[in-house]
Amino acid sequence: MLLAPDHITEEGEFIINMGPQHPATHGVLHLKIWLDGETIKKIEPQLGYIHRSIEKMCESLSYRQFIYVTSRMDYLSAHMNNQACALAVEKGLQIEATPRAQAIRVLLGELTRLSSHLLWWASTGLDLGGITPFFYAFRERETINTILEETCGTRLTQNFIVPGGVMYDIHPDFQKKVKDLIKQFRANYHEYDEILTGNVIFQNRLKGVGYISKEDAISYGCTGPTARASGISCDIRKLAPYDGYDKLKFDEVILSGGDCWARYQVRMAEIIQSLNILEQLIDNIPEGDFLAKTKNVVKLNKGDIYQRVETARGELGVYIVSDGAATPYRCKFRSPNFSNLSAIPHIAKGAKIGDLMAIMATVDLVIPDIDR
Amino acid sequence: MFLKNYIGDIFSSIKSLLTGMKLTGYYFTHLKEIVTEEYPDNRGTLKMAERFRGEVIMPHNENNEHRCTGCQACELACPNASIKIVTKQETQPDGKKKKRIDTFVYRLDMCTFCNLCVNACPSEAIVMGQKFEHSVYDKKQLKKILNFPNSKLMEGVEE
Ligand code: SF4
Ligand code: SF4
Repeated sequence: MLLAPDHITEEGEFIINMGPQHPATHGVLHLKIWLDGETIKKIEPQLGYIHRSIEKMCESLSYRQFIYVTSRMDYLSAHMNNQACALAVEKGLQIEATPRAQAIRVLLGELTRLSSHLLWWASTGLDLGGITPFFYAFRERETINTILEETCGTRLTQNFIVPGGVMYDIHPDFQKKVKDLIKQFRANYHEYDEILTGNVIFQNRLKGVGYISKEDAISYGCTGPTARASGISCDIRKLAPYDGYDKLKFDEVILSGGDCWARYQVRMAEIIQSLNILEQLIDNIPEGDFLAKTKNVVKLNKGDIYQRVETARGELGVYIVSDGAATPYRCKFRSPNFSNLSAIPHIAKGAKIGDLMAIMATVDLVIPDIDR
Repeated sequence: MFLKNYIGDIFSSIKSLLTGMKLTGYYFTHLKEIVTEEYPDNRGTLKMAERFRGEVIMPHNENNEHRCTGCQACELACPNASIKIVTKQETQPDGKKKKRIDTFVYRLDMCTFCNLCVNACPSEAIVMGQKFEHSVYDKKQLKKILNFPNSKLMEGVEE
């Protein structure tokens, strides 16, 4: 895109366009960057390249159907997105998923979180110049995807969760495979440290770069690991537990560094926490039905419902206004990436252009979730 | 002091690089631990998971009979109108007229493999197939008719 000269306000100022086709934005995000030499003066994100009007589409889909579209928002947390919608519908119907279904949801959700964090780890290495880590992360991620594929039938956009429970029972091999995965993961975790975390060059690119204070993170509405790295306690799994997260023992990882390195460490520690959750639950899946009885045509009472869950990137809120019909009257998603993106111009101000890669990588944006 | 730090930094960087390279070297010399698959060379042995959602198919038995009654529940359940069912009236041997499917049109090009149609079907007439290599040169070929020519409804499904 060519910019008119009147965008430039000062002598020596320079504008570059990053994206919409840029490998480090992991999607079609367009950043307009005002530079003074190498220093970033201002960033203007330009959205809409992958807008599919999901919220509007939901208005013409039934309460069973609208769940599947949300897999296409934050496709790396597809499962948690589905879960948020299903929970919202269940809230409206005043039913609860069966205990077995809840356990399955949590297990699959944590597996998705692991696979999402692994992809983030791989791409962070890639963005900062290391190709090799990518393959190591994908070894574990492939194992997770195989497990998901066996139980759900799909690898990325699952649509496995339905109002009242889950579509099918877990695959007979599920428990054994998850246990193997936990063992494999714990045995291989030191490799992650050796190849990327312990690398001094990598550390120097993250430490002290892209600082955001606690107050700023709150006022920009950051959630998820991005906010927790600035010392904010915002894990919805702890604050407003759903699907039995309150019965599980895990720590909310909070650091106070606020820089890229802190964000990196929060996610690395969350991987271990997810493994802990899997370990606690895998042998204790309650017996019983995996699906509660619901009517064929789901209709919600007049009124509005808000449900939030913790996806791999932060807080996802689903707001449904119902007029009593079989489709939502209005559906609104509060997506974590949109708010996290809004903090990037603030974080990157004054940083060097090369550090923008580190900032984008550690904030971990998924673009289809921003545009929806 | 500065020089000492500077040289120390260089050495610690080299050390951390070597730690990483030791790891890659380990996998380079241990060929057994290779985890990648050689697709498409392994097509013969490649087996997808049982529940894998490759396409919607309608199984027929050896007498060319299927289980679809034409109730259109799947058509209603599909979020993006990938299924279209055309029905006809068919005279039964006992003289009564009954609704039967004429064509079950399935548009693979629009399908998102959400499994909602399979879930909605009351008579288990459609299932998810394992085939995943769907690329064709003409997109018209992605519009499929799932019931075989001259196929019939299986006995006893309708009750
Ligand atoms: S799998 Fe989903 S999109 Fe495909 S035909 Fe069935 S209901 Fe429609
Ligand atoms: S496939 Fe199943 S749901 Fe669809 S029309 Fe046939 S019997 Fe009804």
